[in-house]
Amino acid sequence: MIFELLQEELFQLALIAALLVGLCAPAVGTFIVQRRLSLLGDGIGHVALTGVALGFLTGTTPVLTAVLVSIAGAVAIELVRARGRTSGDVALALLFYGGIAGGVMLMGIAPGGSNAKLNSYLFGAIASVTVEDIWVIAALAAAVIAVVVIFGRELFVLCQDEEMAKASGLPVRFLSLLIAVTAALTVVIAMRVVGLLLVSALMVIPVATSQQLTRGFRTTMGLAMLFGVLASVGGLLASTYSAKVPPGAAIVLLALAGFVLALGVGKFVRRGRTQESTLSERPKLRVEEVA
Amino acid sequence: MSETAFAMTDGRVSFDGKPVLRGIDLTVCPGEVVALLGANGSGKSTLVRTLLGLTPLTSGQTLVYGTPPGRFREWWRIGYVPQRLQVGGGVPATVREVVASGRIARQSRFRRTSAADKAAVASALEAVRLADRAGDPVQSLSGGQQQRVLIARALAGEPDTYVMDEPTAGVDAETQQLLADTLARLVEAGRTVVLVAHELGPLEPIITRGVVIREGRIAHDGRPPRPEGDCARPGHEHQHPHAEEPVGGPLTGWQGEPR
Repeated sequence: MIFELLQEELFQLALIAALLVGLCAPAVGTFIVQRRLSLLGDGIGHVALTGVALGFLTGTTPVLTAVLVSIAGAVAIELVRARGRTSGDVALALLFYGGIAGGVMLMGIAPGGSNAKLNSYLFGAIASVTVEDIWVIAALAAAVIAVVVIFGRELFVLCQDEEMAKASGLPVRFLSLLIAVTAALTVVIAMRVVGLLLVSALMVIPVATSQQLTRGFRTTMGLAMLFGVLASVGGLLASTYSAKVPPGAAIVLLALAGFVLALGVGKFVRRGRTQESTLSERPKLRVEEVA
Repeated sequence: MSETAFAMTDGRVSFDGKPVLRGIDLTVCPGEVVALLGANGSGKSTLVRTLLGLTPLTSGQTLVYGTPPGRFREWWRIGYVPQRLQVGGGVPATVREVVASGRIARQSRFRRTSAADKAAVASALEAVRLADRAGDPVQSLSGGQQQRVLIARALAGEPDTYVMDEPTAGVDAETQQLLADTLARLVEAGRTVVLVAHELGPLEPIITRGVVIREGRIAHDGRPPRPEGDCARPGHEHQHPHAEEPVGGPLTGWQGEPR
């Protein structure tokens, strides 16, 4: 069955898209979870919908406008975050609602816009991925992986402790924008596969799963990428077996099932660890406190 | 003229209009071991953060090796030990990964980890006696051990000057002694140390200069004050050039806190 499927071009394209998304989203997601910005992907996803709709309205490629608008959104979110005011929380919420409402409104006005098209971006439509889409996704994925490889060491320090990054002379503002923009690119890559509403799930769930089992940052990221690929390819396969199974939802539910499984296994692993050393009690850290 | 590690002139910092530092003049020369002392809220933590450029000055000037922090480029010369270890969002990081991040100011973006990096990390882990925990997640360590990870991270960078924010706060006696021994070796090697402390404890013998901060001003700058020695003697007069009036009598100690 799988061999027959592999012969079909549509399935090939879908498989490539799933693989790339499964690799990229958790790689960026590890930094984002470390930075306590788990919901960043959700925010960018909401804003990206306006970008998609702008594409339909102006007759340009929706993916392209989505890239531009979501980068603008990510930069705006980062600027609000960097100011660190409590009112920033509300500002972000306003931005997200505006993103969704603006997207739905513009899509309604757009000449080629329809509910079906809106749905395909909100919930993903991996079966309708075209060759051009794959080229765009591949290019974005290459950019995302390049950022992780080249800037990984600096991003680790930044996401672990921003003050430390500053006192080490790292370009903190540039790196913060870089991670936000990379997250925006990831959202656009994942948009066709799992949909804007579930984009963040692929950035967060594999990382949450992985960290139940690992001890270090590198291994967490590596394992998260493996889980991401397993979930996205697994979900895709499930949807090809039955036309009733929506791939985006299948991918996310599979990832969640993996998380629940890892939670159980992780408890077991950690119990073994506490027996190793008597000093493993988790200290109470007041991480929010500065000065 | 020899260069200064830190030089602040008339440093003032206000948060939301409330003055925290009210005109600090402080010069730290290479080889000095300076303890910044003071009660909670006296501004001593803000002062070290300002020296590093982490908190901007409202007015005045501060220099790191002759350059304002914003334009300073030789950050490998500074090793910063913050008050607490930040454990990012629950993503585990091993002791070795965190300590290795202390090398970041010495590494270039496109170069892989070198043998020198690895050797520095190994000897830093050895110095704080955490080599056997190198592969464990930092989240699983006790508070004192996490403090040692922070110190090892600074050691790994092999800086000229160490800046430590309350390295002895809430730390077990063993770690305090370990820190004192480590610092003594650094001082012997000619390193500069600026540390914030509430009380000196086992660090006292290696401190060359004590700077007492009170209400955002320098209230004492010179020999490290020893409450059980001169200062505790009845009739001893404190020399506090900037203080408007003595805050308390001899029984309140040099920190100006009621005992």
